[in-house]
Amino acid sequence: MGVLRRSTACIHAGVVPRPSSLRSRRFAVKLLFVQGPSIGTRLLLLAALSITLMTLDQRTDAIRQVRGGLAVLVYPLQYAVNIPAQLLDWAGDSFTSREHLQEENEALRRENAALRSQLQKLTFIETENRQLRELLQSAKRVGDRVLIAELLAVDLDPYRKAVVINKGSRDDTLYPGQPLVDADGVMGKLIHVNPWSSTAMLITDPNHALPVQVARNGLRAIAVGSGTEDHLELLHLPNNADVREGDLLVTSGLGCVFPAGYPVGKVIRVEVNPRLPFAHIVVAPSARLTRSREVLLVWPGLSERPGNPCAFGKPEDEG
Amino acid sequence: MSLTRHQGGGVIALTFIGAFALAILPLPGALEIYRPEWVTLTLIYWAMAMPARVGVAIGWITGLLLDVLRDTLLGQYALALALVAFLTLHLHQRLRVFPLWQQGVSVFVLVMLQGLVVIWIKGLIGQSPGLWAVIAPALTSGLVWPAVYLYLRHLRRRHQVA
Repeated sequence: MGVLRRSTACIHAGVVPRPSSLRSRRFAVKLLFVQGPSIGTRLLLLAALSITLMTLDQRTDAIRQVRGGLAVLVYPLQYAVNIPAQLLDWAGDSFTSREHLQEENEALRRENAALRSQLQKLTFIETENRQLRELLQSAKRVGDRVLIAELLAVDLDPYRKAVVINKGSRDDTLYPGQPLVDADGVMGKLIHVNPWSSTAMLITDPNHALPVQVARNGLRAIAVGSGTEDHLELLHLPNNADVREGDLLVTSGLGCVFPAGYPVGKVIRVEVNPRLPFAHIVVAPSARLTRSREVLLVWPGLSERPGNPCAFGKPEDEG
Repeated sequence: MSLTRHQGGGVIALTFIGAFALAILPLPGALEIYRPEWVTLTLIYWAMAMPARVGVAIGWITGLLLDVLRDTLLGQYALALALVAFLTLHLHQRLRVFPLWQQGVSVFVLVMLQGLVVIWIKGLIGQSPGLWAVIAPALTSGLVWPAVYLYLRHLRRRHQVA
Protein backbone atom coordinates (compact mmCIF):
# COMPACT_ATOMS: atom_id res chain seq x y z
CA MET A 1 0.00 0.00 0.00
CA GLY A 2 2.92 2.28 0.79
CA VAL A 3 4.40 1.70 -2.66
CA LEU A 4 1.08 2.35 -4.30
CA ARG A 5 0.68 5.53 -2.37
CA ARG A 6 4.09 6.73 -3.45
CA SER A 7 3.41 5.96 -7.09
CA THR A 8 0.07 7.76 -7.02
CA ALA A 9 1.76 10.71 -5.36
CA CYS A 10 4.30 10.74 -8.20
CA ILE A 11 1.53 10.82 -10.78
CA HIS A 12 -0.13 13.55 -8.86
CA ALA A 13 3.03 15.61 -9.10
CA GLY A 14 3.31 14.79 -12.77
CA VAL A 15 6.69 13.07 -12.39
CA VAL A 16 5.93 9.74 -14.02
CA PRO A 17 5.93 10.18 -17.79
CA ARG A 18 3.87 7.08 -18.70
CA PRO A 19 0.80 7.22 -16.52
CA SER A 20 -1.45 5.00 -18.64
CA SER A 21 -0.26 1.60 -17.41
CA LEU A 22 -0.21 2.83 -13.84
CA ARG A 23 -3.64 4.24 -14.21
CA SER A 24 -5.10 0.98 -15.39
CA ARG A 25 -3.40 -0.80 -12.50
CA ARG A 26 -4.77 1.73 -10.13
CA PHE A 27 -8.21 1.22 -11.58
CA ALA A 28 -7.83 -2.50 -11.00
CA VAL A 29 -6.94 -1.79 -7.38
CA LYS A 30 -9.89 0.53 -7.11
CA LEU A 31 -12.17 -2.11 -8.52
CA LEU A 32 -10.98 -4.50 -5.84
CA PHE A 33 -11.74 -2.07 -3.07
CA VAL A 34 -14.67 -0.39 -4.70
CA GLN A 35 -17.18 1.02 -2.25
CA GLY A 36 -20.91 0.93 -2.52
CA PRO A 37 -23.18 -1.09 -4.81
CA SER A 38 -22.00 -2.50 -8.15
CA ILE A 39 -22.70 -0.59 -11.34
CA GLY A 40 -25.49 -2.99 -12.26
CA THR A 41 -27.32 -2.27 -9.02
CA ARG A 42 -26.73 1.44 -9.48
CA LEU A 43 -28.16 1.31 -12.96
CA LEU A 44 -31.25 -0.49 -11.70
CA LEU A 45 -31.74 2.03 -8.88
CA LEU A 46 -31.31 5.00 -11.23
CA ALA A 47 -33.60 3.42 -13.81
CA ALA A 48 -36.29 3.03 -11.16
CA LEU A 49 -35.74 6.66 -10.15
CA SER A 50 -36.02 7.79 -13.80
CA ILE A 51 -39.24 5.89 -14.28
CA THR A 52 -40.68 7.42 -11.10
CA LEU A 53 -39.66 10.90 -12.27
CA MET A 54 -41.14 10.37 -15.73
CA THR A 55 -44.41 9.08 -14.34
CA LEU A 56 -44.66 12.00 -11.93
CA ASP A 57 -43.78 14.47 -14.67
CA GLN A 58 -46.29 13.02 -17.10
CA ARG A 59 -49.22 12.54 -14.73
CA THR A 60 -48.90 15.15 -12.00
CA ASP A 61 -47.63 18.60 -11.22
CA ALA A 62 -45.62 17.36 -8.24
CA ILE A 63 -42.13 17.87 -9.60
CA ARG A 64 -42.63 21.27 -11.17
CA GLN A 65 -40.33 22.65 -8.47
CA VAL A 66 -37.58 20.17 -9.38
CA ARG A 67 -37.71 21.17 -13.02
CA GLY A 68 -37.81 24.84 -12.05
CA GLY A 69 -34.72 24.44 -9.87
CA LEU A 70 -32.78 22.60 -12.54
CA ALA A 71 -33.90 25.15 -15.13
CA VAL A 72 -32.40 27.94 -13.01
CA LEU A 73 -29.18 25.93 -12.93
CA VAL A 74 -28.98 25.66 -16.73
CA TYR A 75 -30.31 29.16 -17.51
CA PRO A 76 -26.81 30.77 -17.50
CA LEU A 77 -25.80 28.32 -20.22
CA GLN A 78 -28.87 29.12 -22.33
CA TYR A 79 -28.18 32.80 -21.83
CA ALA A 80 -24.54 32.36 -22.87
CA VAL A 81 -25.46 30.39 -25.99
CA ASN A 82 -27.93 33.16 -26.88
CA ILE A 83 -25.23 35.88 -26.74
CA PRO A 84 -23.74 35.36 -30.26
CA ALA A 85 -27.20 35.72 -31.81
CA GLN A 86 -27.76 38.88 -29.79
CA LEU A 87 -24.37 40.23 -30.87
CA LEU A 88 -25.24 39.57 -34.50
CA ASP A 89 -28.51 41.45 -34.05
CA TRP A 90 -26.69 44.27 -32.37
CA ALA A 91 -24.03 44.37 -35.09
CA GLY A 92 -26.74 44.38 -37.73
CA ASP A 93 -28.37 47.33 -35.99
CA SER A 94 -25.15 49.26 -35.42
CA PHE A 95 -23.54 48.95 -38.81
CA THR A 96 -26.40 49.90 -41.08
CA SER A 97 -25.95 52.86 -43.36
CA ARG A 98 -27.64 56.19 -42.83
CA GLU A 99 -29.66 55.85 -46.04
CA HIS A 100 -30.93 52.47 -44.97
CA LEU A 101 -31.99 53.86 -41.61
CA GLN A 102 -33.72 56.79 -43.28
CA GLU A 103 -35.57 54.47 -45.61
CA GLU A 104 -36.59 52.26 -42.75
CA ASN A 105 -37.65 55.24 -40.71
CA GLU A 106 -39.77 56.52 -43.57
CA ALA A 107 -41.41 53.12 -44.04
CA LEU A 108 -42.11 52.80 -40.33
CA ARG A 109 -43.61 56.29 -40.23
CA ARG A 110 -45.94 55.45 -43.09
CA GLU A 111 -46.91 52.17 -41.46
CA ASN A 112 -47.48 53.92 -38.16
CA ALA A 113 -49.78 56.49 -39.77
CA ALA A 114 -51.77 53.76 -41.50
CA LEU A 115 -52.07 51.75 -38.29
CA ARG A 116 -53.14 54.80 -36.30
CA SER A 117 -55.88 55.63 -38.72
CA GLN A 118 -57.10 52.04 -38.47
CA LEU A 119 -56.90 52.27 -34.71
CA GLN A 120 -59.23 55.30 -34.70
CA LYS A 121 -61.79 53.26 -36.51
CA LEU A 122 -61.14 50.32 -34.21
CA THR A 123 -61.78 52.35 -31.06
CA PHE A 124 -65.08 53.48 -32.51
CA ILE A 125 -66.03 49.95 -33.52
CA GLU A 126 -65.04 48.59 -30.12
CA THR A 127 -67.26 51.10 -28.32
CA GLU A 128 -70.10 50.36 -30.67
CA ASN A 129 -69.60 46.64 -30.20
CA ARG A 130 -69.71 47.00 -26.43
CA GLN A 131 -72.90 49.03 -26.62
CA LEU A 132 -74.53 46.50 -28.91
CA ARG A 133 -73.51 43.66 -26.62
CA GLU A 134 -74.97 45.55 -23.67
CA LEU A 135 -78.20 45.96 -25.59
CA LEU A 136 -78.25 42.23 -26.23
CA GLN A 137 -77.21 41.57 -22.63
CA SER A 138 -74.60 39.14 -23.83
CA ALA A 139 -71.20 38.42 -22.27
CA LYS A 140 -68.86 41.36 -22.11
CA ARG A 141 -65.31 40.88 -23.19
CA VAL A 142 -62.52 42.66 -21.41
CA GLY A 143 -59.35 43.69 -23.21
CA ASP A 144 -56.43 41.28 -23.19
CA ARG A 145 -53.30 42.16 -21.21
CA VAL A 146 -49.94 41.50 -22.89
CA LEU A 147 -46.28 41.29 -21.93
CA ILE A 148 -43.38 41.47 -24.38
CA ALA A 149 -40.82 38.67 -24.16
CA GLU A 150 -37.81 37.73 -26.23
CA LEU A 151 -36.97 34.36 -27.68
CA LEU A 152 -33.67 32.82 -26.64
CA ALA A 153 -31.73 31.46 -29.59
CA VAL A 154 -31.35 27.92 -28.28
CA ASP A 155 -32.51 24.62 -29.70
CA LEU A 156 -34.62 22.16 -27.76
CA ASP A 157 -35.65 18.61 -28.47
CA PRO A 158 -35.19 18.06 -32.23
CA TYR A 159 -38.34 15.92 -32.39
CA ARG A 160 -40.61 18.73 -31.28
CA LYS A 161 -41.34 22.33 -32.12
CA ALA A 162 -40.75 24.47 -29.06
CA VAL A 163 -38.99 27.68 -28.05
CA VAL A 164 -37.53 29.24 -24.91
CA ILE A 165 -38.49 32.77 -23.87
CA ASN A 166 -36.68 35.01 -21.43
CA LYS A 167 -39.61 35.62 -19.08
CA GLY A 168 -40.52 33.40 -16.15
CA SER A 169 -42.52 33.27 -12.96
CA ARG A 170 -40.24 35.91 -11.43
CA ASP A 171 -41.28 38.45 -14.05
CA ASP A 172 -45.03 38.08 -13.98
CA THR A 173 -47.79 35.62 -13.18
CA LEU A 174 -47.22 33.37 -16.17
CA TYR A 175 -49.03 30.06 -16.26
CA PRO A 176 -48.75 26.86 -18.29
CA GLY A 177 -51.16 27.06 -21.22
CA GLN A 178 -50.76 30.79 -21.63
CA PRO A 179 -51.07 31.95 -25.27
CA LEU A 180 -48.07 33.35 -27.10
CA VAL A 181 -48.50 35.56 -30.16
CA ASP A 182 -46.26 37.68 -32.35
CA ALA A 183 -47.07 40.73 -34.43
CA ASP A 184 -48.66 38.62 -37.16
CA GLY A 185 -50.50 35.82 -35.42
CA VAL A 186 -50.69 33.04 -32.86
CA MET A 187 -47.39 31.31 -32.12
CA GLY A 188 -48.18 28.75 -29.44
CA LYS A 189 -48.67 28.33 -25.72
CA LEU A 190 -46.46 27.96 -22.65
CA ILE A 191 -45.83 24.44 -21.43
CA HIS A 192 -43.35 24.96 -18.60
CA VAL A 193 -42.89 28.11 -16.54
CA ASN A 194 -39.55 28.34 -14.72
CA PRO A 195 -38.31 31.18 -12.51
CA TRP A 196 -36.39 33.08 -15.21
CA SER A 197 -37.39 31.41 -18.42
CA SER A 198 -40.29 29.49 -19.91
CA THR A 199 -40.77 27.06 -22.74
CA ALA A 200 -43.56 27.27 -25.24
CA MET A 201 -44.93 24.72 -27.68
CA LEU A 202 -45.39 26.14 -31.18
CA ILE A 203 -48.59 25.61 -33.13
CA THR A 204 -46.62 23.52 -35.64
CA ASP A 205 -45.77 20.90 -32.98
CA PRO A 206 -47.47 17.60 -33.85
CA ASN A 207 -48.99 17.51 -30.34
CA HIS A 208 -50.55 20.94 -30.64
CA ALA A 209 -54.18 21.39 -31.59
CA LEU A 210 -55.83 24.77 -31.91
CA PRO A 211 -59.55 25.54 -32.22
CA VAL A 212 -59.99 27.90 -35.18
CA GLN A 213 -62.71 29.31 -37.38
CA VAL A 214 -62.74 30.52 -40.94
CA ALA A 215 -62.95 34.32 -40.79
CA ARG A 216 -65.12 34.46 -43.93
CA ASN A 217 -68.00 32.27 -42.76
CA GLY A 218 -67.36 31.24 -39.14
CA LEU A 219 -66.86 27.55 -39.97
CA ARG A 220 -65.15 25.94 -36.99
CA ALA A 221 -62.29 23.44 -37.17
CA ILE A 222 -59.23 22.15 -35.36
CA ALA A 223 -55.79 23.08 -36.66
CA VAL A 224 -53.15 20.51 -35.78
CA GLY A 225 -49.39 20.98 -36.11
CA SER A 226 -47.61 18.87 -38.70
CA GLY A 227 -44.15 18.75 -37.12
CA THR A 228 -42.69 20.74 -40.02
CA GLU A 229 -41.85 24.40 -39.73
CA ASP A 230 -44.28 25.87 -42.17
CA HIS A 231 -47.69 24.27 -42.08
CA LEU A 232 -50.66 23.11 -40.05
CA GLU A 233 -53.49 20.84 -41.06
CA LEU A 234 -57.24 21.15 -40.53
CA LEU A 235 -58.70 17.95 -39.15
CA HIS A 236 -62.04 16.29 -39.75
CA LEU A 237 -63.56 18.70 -42.23
CA PRO A 238 -65.83 16.94 -44.75
CA ASN A 239 -65.09 17.08 -48.45
CA ASN A 240 -67.88 19.54 -49.07
CA ALA A 241 -66.88 21.98 -46.31
CA ASP A 242 -66.84 25.59 -47.42
CA VAL A 243 -63.10 26.23 -47.21
CA ARG A 244 -61.18 27.80 -50.07
CA GLU A 245 -57.57 28.54 -50.73
CA GLY A 246 -56.66 31.95 -49.31
CA ASP A 247 -59.19 31.82 -46.48
CA LEU A 248 -57.98 33.44 -43.27
CA LEU A 249 -58.29 31.37 -40.10
CA VAL A 250 -58.64 33.03 -36.70
CA THR A 251 -58.80 31.54 -33.22
CA SER A 252 -62.35 30.68 -32.24
CA GLY A 253 -61.88 30.99 -28.50
CA LEU A 254 -63.42 27.58 -27.93
CA GLY A 255 -61.33 25.46 -25.60
CA CYS A 256 -60.67 28.52 -23.44
CA VAL A 257 -56.91 28.59 -23.98
CA PHE A 258 -56.63 31.14 -26.77
CA PRO A 259 -58.69 34.32 -26.84
CA ALA A 260 -60.95 34.58 -29.88
CA GLY A 261 -60.04 36.56 -32.97
CA TYR A 262 -56.26 36.25 -33.29
CA PRO A 263 -55.10 35.33 -36.82
CA VAL A 264 -53.70 31.81 -37.13
CA GLY A 265 -52.95 31.30 -40.80
CA LYS A 266 -54.06 31.17 -44.41
CA VAL A 267 -55.35 28.11 -46.21
CA ILE A 268 -52.83 27.30 -48.94
CA ARG A 269 -54.13 24.01 -50.25
CA VAL A 270 -57.44 22.13 -50.26
CA GLU A 271 -57.23 18.58 -51.55
CA VAL A 272 -60.46 16.72 -52.02
CA ASN A 273 -60.25 13.00 -52.54
CA PRO A 274 -63.70 11.40 -52.85
CA ARG A 275 -62.40 8.10 -51.56
CA LEU A 276 -61.38 9.63 -48.23
CA PRO A 277 -63.95 10.80 -45.69
CA PHE A 278 -62.27 14.11 -44.94
CA ALA A 279 -60.64 16.83 -47.01
CA HIS A 280 -56.91 17.40 -46.68
CA ILE A 281 -56.50 21.09 -45.87
CA VAL A 282 -53.09 22.69 -45.41
CA VAL A 283 -52.62 26.01 -43.63
CA ALA A 284 -49.57 28.29 -43.59
CA PRO A 285 -49.21 30.00 -40.19
CA SER A 286 -49.36 33.80 -40.18
CA ALA A 287 -46.93 34.16 -37.28
CA ARG A 288 -43.29 34.21 -38.26
CA LEU A 289 -42.55 31.15 -36.18
CA THR A 290 -38.91 30.76 -37.11
CA ARG A 291 -37.97 34.40 -37.50
CA SER A 292 -39.66 36.37 -34.72
CA ARG A 293 -37.38 37.54 -31.95
CA GLU A 294 -39.99 39.40 -29.96
CA VAL A 295 -43.17 37.72 -28.86
CA LEU A 296 -46.19 38.74 -26.79
CA LEU A 297 -47.58 36.80 -23.87
CA VAL A 298 -51.33 37.29 -23.64
CA TRP A 299 -53.61 37.16 -20.63
CA PRO A 300 -57.01 36.54 -22.19
CA GLY A 301 -59.62 38.98 -20.98
CA LEU A 302 -62.51 37.01 -19.55
CA SER A 303 -66.15 37.73 -19.64
CA GLU A 304 -67.54 39.30 -16.50
CA ARG A 305 -70.57 37.08 -16.54
CA PRO A 306 -70.47 34.43 -13.78
CA GLY A 307 -71.61 31.55 -15.95
CA ASN A 308 -68.63 31.75 -18.32
CA PRO A 309 -67.35 28.21 -18.93
CA CYS A 310 -63.83 29.54 -19.42
CA ALA A 311 -63.66 30.99 -15.92
CA PHE A 312 -62.33 27.76 -14.45
CA GLY A 313 -59.13 28.13 -16.43
CA LYS A 314 -58.54 31.62 -15.12
CA PRO A 315 -54.88 32.14 -14.22
CA GLU A 316 -55.76 33.59 -10.81
CA ASP A 317 -57.40 30.32 -9.85
CA GLU A 318 -54.33 28.32 -10.75
CA GLY A 319 -52.24 30.41 -8.39
CA MET B 1 -6.43 7.16 -3.28
CA SER B 2 -8.21 10.20 -1.98
CA LEU B 3 -5.35 12.27 -3.33
CA THR B 4 -5.99 11.24 -6.91
CA ARG B 5 -9.72 11.69 -6.77
CA HIS B 6 -9.66 15.44 -7.02
CA GLN B 7 -7.36 15.93 -9.95
CA GLY B 8 -8.80 17.51 -13.04
CA GLY B 9 -12.45 17.33 -12.04
CA GLY B 10 -12.81 20.87 -13.31
CA VAL B 11 -11.64 19.82 -16.77
CA ILE B 12 -14.23 17.05 -16.90
CA ALA B 13 -16.96 19.46 -15.78
CA LEU B 14 -15.87 22.05 -18.35
CA THR B 15 -15.96 19.53 -21.20
CA PHE B 16 -19.49 18.60 -20.15
CA ILE B 17 -20.52 22.26 -20.06
CA GLY B 18 -19.07 22.67 -23.56
CA ALA B 19 -21.02 19.63 -24.71
CA PHE B 20 -24.25 21.05 -23.25
CA ALA B 21 -23.64 24.33 -25.05
CA LEU B 22 -23.12 22.50 -28.36
CA ALA B 23 -26.27 20.51 -27.67
CA ILE B 24 -28.46 23.64 -27.58
CA LEU B 25 -26.58 25.81 -30.07
CA PRO B 26 -29.16 26.98 -32.61
CA LEU B 27 -28.87 25.22 -35.98
CA PRO B 28 -30.93 25.83 -39.11
CA GLY B 29 -34.09 23.73 -39.01
CA ALA B 30 -33.05 21.14 -41.59
CA LEU B 31 -29.69 20.44 -39.94
CA GLU B 32 -31.12 20.13 -36.45
CA ILE B 33 -31.77 16.43 -36.79
CA TYR B 34 -28.14 15.72 -37.76
CA ARG B 35 -26.71 17.24 -34.60
CA PRO B 36 -24.28 14.77 -32.99
CA GLU B 37 -25.12 13.86 -29.41
CA TRP B 38 -22.25 15.85 -27.93
CA VAL B 39 -23.15 15.11 -24.32
CA THR B 40 -23.27 11.38 -24.97
CA LEU B 41 -19.92 11.49 -26.78
CA THR B 42 -18.32 13.31 -23.85
CA LEU B 43 -19.85 10.86 -21.41
CA ILE B 44 -18.61 7.87 -23.41
CA TYR B 45 -15.10 9.30 -23.57
CA TRP B 46 -14.79 9.95 -19.86
CA ALA B 47 -16.44 6.68 -18.86
CA MET B 48 -13.99 4.89 -21.14
CA ALA B 49 -10.89 6.81 -20.06
CA MET B 50 -11.58 6.97 -16.35
CA PRO B 51 -14.25 4.47 -15.39
CA ALA B 52 -13.51 4.96 -11.71
CA ARG B 53 -14.63 8.57 -11.80
CA VAL B 54 -17.28 8.94 -14.47
CA GLY B 55 -19.89 6.26 -14.25
CA VAL B 56 -23.58 5.53 -14.15
CA ALA B 57 -24.42 8.26 -11.62
CA ILE B 58 -22.66 11.01 -13.61
CA GLY B 59 -24.39 9.72 -16.72
CA TRP B 60 -27.74 9.94 -15.00
CA ILE B 61 -27.13 13.49 -13.75
CA THR B 62 -25.96 14.75 -17.16
CA GLY B 63 -29.01 13.10 -18.68
CA LEU B 64 -31.27 14.88 -16.21
CA LEU B 65 -29.70 18.22 -17.11
CA LEU B 66 -30.16 17.40 -20.79
CA ASP B 67 -33.82 16.70 -20.06
CA VAL B 68 -34.20 20.17 -18.60
CA LEU B 69 -32.23 21.82 -21.40
CA ARG B 70 -34.30 20.13 -24.09
CA ASP B 71 -37.49 20.44 -22.09
CA THR B 72 -38.40 16.79 -22.44
CA LEU B 73 -40.05 14.47 -19.97
CA LEU B 74 -37.90 14.60 -16.84
CA GLY B 75 -35.92 11.36 -16.60
CA GLN B 76 -35.95 10.20 -20.19
CA TYR B 77 -32.43 11.22 -21.20
CA ALA B 78 -31.33 10.44 -17.64
CA LEU B 79 -32.36 6.83 -18.12
CA ALA B 80 -30.85 6.63 -21.61
CA LEU B 81 -27.50 8.15 -20.59
CA ALA B 82 -27.25 6.02 -17.44
CA LEU B 83 -27.65 3.01 -19.71
CA VAL B 84 -24.99 4.30 -22.12
CA ALA B 85 -22.60 4.90 -19.20
CA PHE B 86 -23.28 1.41 -17.89
CA LEU B 87 -22.50 -0.22 -21.24
CA THR B 88 -19.39 1.90 -21.71
CA LEU B 89 -18.13 0.88 -18.28
CA HIS B 90 -18.71 -2.73 -19.19
CA LEU B 91 -16.88 -2.42 -22.49
CA HIS B 92 -14.23 0.13 -21.58
CA GLN B 93 -11.27 -2.24 -21.68
CA ARG B 94 -12.24 -3.45 -25.12
CA LEU B 95 -13.13 0.02 -26.42
CA ARG B 96 -9.74 1.38 -25.40
CA VAL B 97 -7.79 -0.97 -27.64
CA PHE B 98 -10.07 -0.59 -30.66
CA PRO B 99 -8.75 1.46 -33.58
CA LEU B 100 -10.52 4.79 -33.91
CA TRP B 101 -12.89 3.74 -36.70
CA GLN B 102 -14.01 0.73 -34.72
CA GLN B 103 -14.58 2.91 -31.68
CA GLY B 104 -16.66 5.11 -33.98
CA VAL B 105 -18.81 2.13 -34.90
CA SER B 106 -19.29 1.25 -31.22
CA VAL B 107 -20.23 4.86 -30.50
CA PHE B 108 -22.76 4.70 -33.33
CA VAL B 109 -24.34 1.67 -31.68
CA LEU B 110 -24.36 3.27 -28.22
CA VAL B 111 -25.93 6.53 -29.46
CA MET B 112 -28.42 4.54 -31.47
CA LEU B 113 -29.35 2.64 -28.33
CA GLN B 114 -29.84 5.91 -26.47
CA GLY B 115 -32.06 7.12 -29.28
CA LEU B 116 -34.10 3.93 -29.16
CA VAL B 117 -34.70 4.31 -25.41
CA VAL B 118 -35.80 7.91 -25.99
CA ILE B 119 -38.05 7.05 -28.93
CA TRP B 120 -39.58 4.20 -26.94
CA ILE B 121 -40.43 6.50 -24.03
CA LYS B 122 -41.80 9.09 -26.45
CA GLY B 123 -43.92 6.37 -28.02
CA LEU B 124 -45.35 5.54 -24.61
CA ILE B 125 -46.53 9.11 -24.06
CA GLY B 126 -47.93 9.41 -27.57
CA GLN B 127 -45.26 11.22 -29.57
CA SER B 128 -43.67 9.30 -32.39
CA PRO B 129 -40.70 10.76 -34.23
CA GLY B 130 -39.57 8.72 -37.21
CA LEU B 131 -36.76 6.19 -37.08
CA TRP B 132 -34.53 8.53 -39.08
CA ALA B 133 -34.56 10.87 -36.07
CA VAL B 134 -32.71 8.10 -34.22
CA ILE B 135 -30.33 7.04 -36.97
CA ALA B 136 -29.22 10.49 -38.15
CA PRO B 137 -27.69 11.72 -34.85
CA ALA B 138 -26.14 8.28 -34.26
CA LEU B 139 -24.46 8.43 -37.68
CA THR B 140 -23.05 11.91 -37.20
CA SER B 141 -21.97 11.01 -33.66
CA GLY B 142 -20.02 8.04 -34.97
CA LEU B 143 -18.43 10.22 -37.65
CA VAL B 144 -17.26 12.99 -35.30
CA TRP B 145 -16.08 10.52 -32.65
CA PRO B 146 -12.40 10.41 -33.77
CA ALA B 147 -12.14 14.20 -33.50
CA VAL B 148 -13.88 14.23 -30.12
CA TYR B 149 -11.68 11.40 -28.90
CA LEU B 150 -8.42 13.03 -29.97
CA TYR B 151 -9.41 16.40 -28.58
CA LEU B 152 -10.55 15.08 -25.20
CA ARG B 153 -7.46 12.87 -24.95
CA HIS B 154 -5.31 15.90 -25.63
CA LEU B 155 -7.13 17.81 -22.89
CA ARG B 156 -6.82 14.91 -20.47
CA ARG B 157 -3.07 14.56 -21.01
CA ARG B 158 -2.38 18.26 -20.96
CA HIS B 159 -4.25 18.83 -17.72
CA GLN B 160 -3.22 15.47 -16.24
CA VAL B 161 -6.74 14.48 -15.38
CA ALA B 162 -6.50 11.34 -13.32
